[in-house]
Amino acid sequence: MSAHEGMQEPNYLEFKGKYKGIYSWIFSTDHKRIGLLYLFSILSLFVIGATIGLLMKFELIAPGKTIMDAKAYNAFFTLHGIIMIFAVVIPGLPAVFGNFMLPLQIGAKDVAFPKLNLLSWYLYVAGVLMVVISQFTGDQAPDTGWTFYAPYSFRTAGNMLPAVFGAFLLGFSSILTGLNFLVTIHRMRAPGMTWLRMPLFPWTLYATAWIQLLATPIVGITLLMIVAERLFNIGFFDPTLGGDPVLYQHLFWTYSHPAVYIMILPAMGAISEIIPTFARKIIFGYKFMVASSLLIAFVGYFVWGHHMFTANMSGKALYIFSLLTFLVAIPSAIKVFNWISTLYKASIYLQTPFFWAMAFIFVFMIGGFSGLIIGSLAADVHLHDTHFVVAHFHFIVFGGTGFAFFGAAHYWFPKITGKMYDALWANIGLTVFFIGFITLYMPMFFLGVAGMPRRYFDYDEVFHTGNIISTMGSWILYSGLSIIITNLFVSLKRGVKAPADPWGGSTLEWTIPSPPPVENFIETPIITKGPYSYK
Amino acid sequence: MEEHRDDLASKTGMWLFLFTEMLLFGGLFVVYSVYRYINADAFHLAAQELSVPVGTINTIILLISSATIAMSVTAIRKNNKKLSLLLLGFTILLGLVFLGNKYFEWGHHIKENIYPGSPVLASRGQGDVLFYGLYYFMTGLHALHIIIGLVFIGFIARLIIKDRIVSDNYVLLENSGLYWHLVDLIWIFLFPLFYLIT
Repeated sequence: MSAHEGMQEPNYLEFKGKYKGIYSWIFSTDHKRIGLLYLFSILSLFVIGATIGLLMKFELIAPGKTIMDAKAYNAFFTLHGIIMIFAVVIPGLPAVFGNFMLPLQIGAKDVAFPKLNLLSWYLYVAGVLMVVISQFTGDQAPDTGWTFYAPYSFRTAGNMLPAVFGAFLLGFSSILTGLNFLVTIHRMRAPGMTWLRMPLFPWTLYATAWIQLLATPIVGITLLMIVAERLFNIGFFDPTLGGDPVLYQHLFWTYSHPAVYIMILPAMGAISEIIPTFARKIIFGYKFMVASSLLIAFVGYFVWGHHMFTANMSGKALYIFSLLTFLVAIPSAIKVFNWISTLYKASIYLQTPFFWAMAFIFVFMIGGFSGLIIGSLAADVHLHDTHFVVAHFHFIVFGGTGFAFFGAAHYWFPKITGKMYDALWANIGLTVFFIGFITLYMPMFFLGVAGMPRRYFDYDEVFHTGNIISTMGSWILYSGLSIIITNLFVSLKRGVKAPADPWGGSTLEWTIPSPPPVENFIETPIITKGPYSYK
Repeated sequence: MEEHRDDLASKTGMWLFLFTEMLLFGGLFVVYSVYRYINADAFHLAAQELSVPVGTINTIILLISSATIAMSVTAIRKNNKKLSLLLLGFTILLGLVFLGNKYFEWGHHIKENIYPGSPVLASRGQGDVLFYGLYYFMTGLHALHIIIGLVFIGFIARLIIKDRIVSDNYVLLENSGLYWHLVDLIWIFLFPLFYLIT
C-alpha cells in the first residue's frame, strides 16, 4: 500500500460514477455496492421476520387466544417462514458477504457477470414485493406454511399465487448468484491462486453455488406446477384427479433439503475465516475442510427423504434416507473438530468475531446432534411435527447461519465501512442475544419431547411453564438483536477509522485499504502461498 | 470502467444456465415417469390420439432450425454478415412455423373438449387427466422457451446489423445457438414421450 500512497484511488463509497444519490446504488454493478444493497434488504426483512416471530411467541405465552386467533397465527408463521427462509437465510451469507468478499479474497476486480449480479438483486426485490402483495391483496393471507404442501396449497382460500410466484423469483435470483460465483471462481482467481491456495470462504461459496444451480430449478418447476394447479386445476398433486401429494413432498424437499446446506455452508466458511485469523494459526486440516464442504454439498442431495419419514414411504427408502442422514453429519463433524484443533496451542486474540465463532460452534453442535435424533427412524415418529423439530432447525438455521452472519458482520465491518465498531457494546449485545437464544429455543426441545405439536396458536395447560420461559427468551433475544444492530449503525457514524488490517488477517481482503478502492486491487496480486500463513 | 472480456467465461455461464434448464424439465420428467408407471394403460391409449405426423414435422423443423443457427455462427466467423442474418431469419421463421403447428394441434384438442378442468376429460378417467395435464404443461413450457429463444435471436440479429457482433466477437450469437440447441434437445425428449411411446 505504501508504494501507492501518492495516487490515492477513491474508495467504493466515495466514488462518483454516472449516477448520483440513490441511483448510484441501485444502478451500480460494483460487487461491493450490490453486496450492501443485499445487506440492507436482508437486514430489513430479517427485522420484520424477527418481529413476526416475537408476536408469535407472545401469542404462545398462555393457552388460548392471547393476541391473535388461529387464522392470524397461520398467516404469521407462513409469512415468517417465507421471509426467513427464502429472503433471509438462503441469500444471507452468499449474497451479502459472498458478493462483497469473494472477488476480494480471490484477487479479482469484480464478479464474472456484474450486470447479471445486479439483475439477481432486482429479481430478489421483485420476489419480496410479490410476497408483500400476497399479504395485502386477496381475501385471506397465505396460510400453508413456507412449504406450500399439496393439496392444501391449491385448495386454501389464502392468496397463494403471488406468494408462490414470489418464492419462484427468489429462487431464480439465487440461481443467478450461484452461476455468477461459479464462473467467477473458475475464471477470475488471481495469478498463482491455485485451487488449494484459495481461502475457505470462497471454497464454501463454490460448493454452495453448485447446490444453488442444481437444486433450485427443481423447486422452481414444483412451484410452477402449484401455480398451474391453482389456475387450471390440472391434477398433478390432487388425489381426486389421480395426482399424488407425496410426490409434491419429494420434489419440494429435493430442493429444500439441499437448501439447508446453501444456508449453512457459507456460514461454515465465514467461521473458517474468523478462527485462523484470531487464533493466529493456519487452519488445521485445510484439505479436509475443502473436501468436507464438497462432500456436504454432494451427500446433502440425497437425504431429502428424512423430512418425510411419516409420509408413508417404503421401508427400504426409509432405511437408506436415515443412513445417508447420519453420513452427512460426518463432514460437518470434521469441520467442528478442525476448528477446535486450530485453537489448540494457539495464541488467541479475543475479539467479538471470535466470540461469535465460539457461540456458533456451541449452538451448531446442539442443532446438529438434535438433527441426528430426528434423523433416526423410530425417534422421528414420536418427534415429527412437534416443537422439537422447531427447536432443532432454529438452532441450525438461526443459531448456525444467524450467528455466523453476525460474526461475519463484525469481522468484516471494518473492511466494508472503514470504521471500527464499539467492541464493548458488541460484546454486550452478543451476550444478551446468546442468553435470549438459549432461553427461547432450549425449552422447545423439552416441549417437543413432551408432545407439543408445532403450528398451533393454542396448547394444552401442561405445556404452560415451558412456553412462558420460551416467550421470555424471545424478549431477551430481541433486546440483544436491537443492541447489536443499533451498535453497528452508531459505529457507522461514530466509530474510529479502521486500518487496512485491524485483526492481523492473512487473506487478500486485508492487504487493501478499508474501505476498498473501486477497482479493489491497484495492482493484481500474485499469489505464492496458501491462505492463513502465519509464522 | 472498461469492460473486461472473457468469452470462455460467458460460454461457461451459458452452459451452467443450460444445466438449470435441464433440471427444470428434469423435475417434469420425474413426474411423467411416476404417473406413466401408475397409469400405464391410460397413457398408452391417450398417446395414440396425438398426431405422429404433426409431431414428426415439428421435430424435423426444429432440427433444421438448429442447423441454420449453427451455420449462422460459422457465417459470422467467416465475416459473412448477410448470410449470417439470412440464416438467423430462417431460424426465426422455422421457430414460428413450429409454434403455428403447436397452435393448431392444441386447438384441435381443445375443440374436442380435451383440456385441464374440462368435464369431458375428467369423465375419461384419472390416467387421461394426468396425461393431458402433463402434455399441456410440458409442451406449453417448451413453447414458452421457444418464444424466449425467438426474442433472444431477434435481439442478436439486431446486434449483428449494428456490427456489435462481428467475426472476432460472436460469443453472444454462439450462446443463443447453445440455448436454441437445448430447446431443441428438450423437444427430442418430449416427442417420443408423448407421441411415439404408445
